[in-house]
Amino acid sequence: MAKFLVDNREIEADEGTILLQACLDHGIYIPNLCFVKGMDHPSASCRMCFVEVEGERQPVPSCTVKVKDGIVVKTDTPQVRQLQRTAFQLLMSVHDVDCANCPSNKKCELQRIAKFLKAPLKPRALEIYLKEPRIDESHPFLDYYPNRCVLCGRCVYTCGQRNAQSFLAFSKRGFNTVISFYGAADLSTLDCPNCHACVDVCPVGALVLKEPAKRTVPASSDLGLTPKPLEV
Amino acid sequence: MNRMGNKDPDQVFDVIYKEAERRNNEFLADPAPKIHLGMATCCVASGALETKKGFEEAFAEYHVEARIHTVGCMGHCYAGPFVIIDHPASGFPPIMYNQVDAGKARMLVKSFLVDGDPQLEYVYGAMQENDMLPSVMEFSRFNKEKRVILEKCGVIDPEDIYDYIAHGGYSSLVKALKLQPEAVIQEIQKSGLRGRGGAGFPTGRKWEFARQAPGQEKVVICNADEGDPGAYMDRLILESNPHQVIEGLAIAAHAVGARKAVIYVRAEYPLAVKTVTKAIHQATRLGLLGRHILGTGFDLEIDVFRGSGAFVCGEETALIQSIEGYRGMPQHRPPYPAIKGLFGYPTVINNVKTLASVTPIIDHGADWYRQIGTENTPGTAIFSVVGNVVHAGLVEIPMGVTLRSLIFDICGGIPNNKKFKAVQIGGPSGGCLSEEFLDTPIDFDSLTATGAMMGSGGMVVMDENSCMVEVSRYFLDFTQKESCGKCTFCRVGTHHLLKILERITKGEGRDGDIELLETLARDIKAGSLCGLGKTAPNPVLTSIRYFRKEYEAHIYEKRCPALMCRSMIGYYIDLEKCARGCDACVAVCPVDAIFTTRNRKKGIDQQLCVKCGECMAACPPQYDAVRRVSPPSLVPYVEKPPQEEKEKADGEISGG
Repeated sequence: MAKFLVDNREIEADEGTILLQACLDHGIYIPNLCFVKGMDHPSASCRMCFVEVEGERQPVPSCTVKVKDGIVVKTDTPQVRQLQRTAFQLLMSVHDVDCANCPSNKKCELQRIAKFLKAPLKPRALEIYLKEPRIDESHPFLDYYPNRCVLCGRCVYTCGQRNAQSFLAFSKRGFNTVISFYGAADLSTLDCPNCHACVDVCPVGALVLKEPAKRTVPASSDLGLTPKPLEV
Repeated sequence: MNRMGNKDPDQVFDVIYKEAERRNNEFLADPAPKIHLGMATCCVASGALETKKGFEEAFAEYHVEARIHTVGCMGHCYAGPFVIIDHPASGFPPIMYNQVDAGKARMLVKSFLVDGDPQLEYVYGAMQENDMLPSVMEFSRFNKEKRVILEKCGVIDPEDIYDYIAHGGYSSLVKALKLQPEAVIQEIQKSGLRGRGGAGFPTGRKWEFARQAPGQEKVVICNADEGDPGAYMDRLILESNPHQVIEGLAIAAHAVGARKAVIYVRAEYPLAVKTVTKAIHQATRLGLLGRHILGTGFDLEIDVFRGSGAFVCGEETALIQSIEGYRGMPQHRPPYPAIKGLFGYPTVINNVKTLASVTPIIDHGADWYRQIGTENTPGTAIFSVVGNVVHAGLVEIPMGVTLRSLIFDICGGIPNNKKFKAVQIGGPSGGCLSEEFLDTPIDFDSLTATGAMMGSGGMVVMDENSCMVEVSRYFLDFTQKESCGKCTFCRVGTHHLLKILERITKGEGRDGDIELLETLARDIKAGSLCGLGKTAPNPVLTSIRYFRKEYEAHIYEKRCPALMCRSMIGYYIDLEKCARGCDACVAVCPVDAIFTTRNRKKGIDQQLCVKCGECMAACPPQYDAVRRVSPPSLVPYVEKPPQEEKEKADGEISGG
């Protein structure tokens, strides 16, 4: 067990635990989007979970820090908040803020972060850039909303954990990066309607299960069949 | 002990060296004239293939016995295609000729090889000191260089391993194999060699980490995923002297204990891929790679991996992902690749130039290397100096030479009597430095202190007609396209920077834009995951720091001081200078914006003008009447006669 200080509060956790995980377990909230409990090498891509660790020159994402005995951590310094607010504003500058019509309303991580950082949902200084098309309906069972997506990659990771191989992946580059569906020659053979792990893990409602009537092919469960085991 | 694994590498190598020496002596003893012809991509692009054909046809036509010796690149790109004619029977030393096209090749064969006249007016310089012709070593472009990495580039045939061996090649590997791996690492540490890929991390330390990392299998990777716009040092080295890199890679593998090595080269470098693949085959055939190298117990297999051209894959963790078959996205470090890299094995990733430096260091020793360059950064730096500079090309200089000396002495300064404005160092990760920094010595620490960085060696020189806002926009356009899209700051942040810069160059800048750029840029630097994002704002930050007035002129006065941003300039014709009856500009205007005034001079219809500048280029120099101004409101009003009057005027002219 390692003892260490977070915002002057002493915390105990196993040596080598991911700092963000340890803080969340002890009820200390640090804004985060891309972290999934149990990851051994977090992607550290959302750049929200910054903290200051004594001895480091600048704030570091707490998902990249391993707990060590005696480390001193601050989660609310001005530098940390500056980076978190900027990262949040950047995410919101490409977000279609339409909470009333979003299935994620009231359980959305972005709303939670906005409240926590006391930051507006619409960034004042930055222009808004939205992607076209607004919805990717190519998947037989899922709809993808690129302007809700924060590209945290939780879905990609979770699908990979669940199915040994991810059927979701990042595609395109830079600002145009989106989540796409790959990995199976025929997506309609997948058992997405029963799994929906990606939908559950999405922090913002970017992945939504198609209603049965709108499915482009019937799911195996619709036909009362046992799903075929995945060949991976 | 393995029967194959206990021979003396000296003895085994001696056989190979003797063969190389024999071939070289045979080549030298041949009385026929020799034409050394540069055939790297840059020379081929400037017409070296036609030149070669020109020589061959001329040989046949004039019944000349001569040999063409294809070499790589000498780095003198402003002079390409270049040839060196070695014609001992003429009594002249070997002579270099520049810009030799097929016609010139034919002429040289006839007059020099047949008639013995070297055509003095076409000579660039002799390759040796002599009392007949000026030697190239009298030019500072040659004598201020210090060639350590490029020493054999442009001298040897890159496709002939024996040529390399005859020039001293692979003797460093023999030396290294006789040393304990730790001793090799110690020698590299003592030399003070720092990684030439950009960050300048001490190479010896990197090797030591990997050597000490637990695990039997280790990997070394040569990073040739060169991607900075305008930089081509790595390509040139692989095309001109691949064996020096392969030898360095083998020494690195021996030092860290690796039996697997990968050369990661971008697929856009087809000639480099071909040359290096052939070189690996040749070295393997001679027992310099593969199993039981030179009869010792050291095995090494080198694979060539072709990257698909993503800039971010030059970042080491993304490079590893890409070889493993994943999308090239950087991973956060630690663990560093030296501890846990390719497929989980401890991995050393070194730049082409770093590995090419290892070979001479082992050959001449660390003390020799330390004498070159500065205390903190020993050795040499290679820059591809491009842009508004007279002698553009590849230059290898000892560290510590000032920017002024590099740009003005070695590269000949700014062409067309224009003034120096800025130099962009380090590509999209670097910065723009103004005139006051010209006396900065070139080394990792001094350049980093200015806000630019050494980078991998791209250097763009800009004259007074370059707009710094536009230059920043250009580099941001590049980085935001090349961002992998993984982390928020880089993916979205650089896009915002670009959009703001685009607005400013279009004359739509707003109050507060400079401050917004600065805060965003600082946060992107601090918050990004990998080196690409952490350095992408450098061009913006440095250009704001050193050229703030230019940003202010764009935003508050809607004026581009360099007269470059199209939306903020206007063209007009100076009626004092315009020649009556001349219509050179009328013919080139793509939109028919030029009209004839009442007194038969020319005016530009500002409504129609698309500001292409063709009229300015076409106006005969003796008149030089076309003016470019910013803001466009400075364009004086010139009355355009109504259509009927124009026709009438035309009629009068044709009528006599």
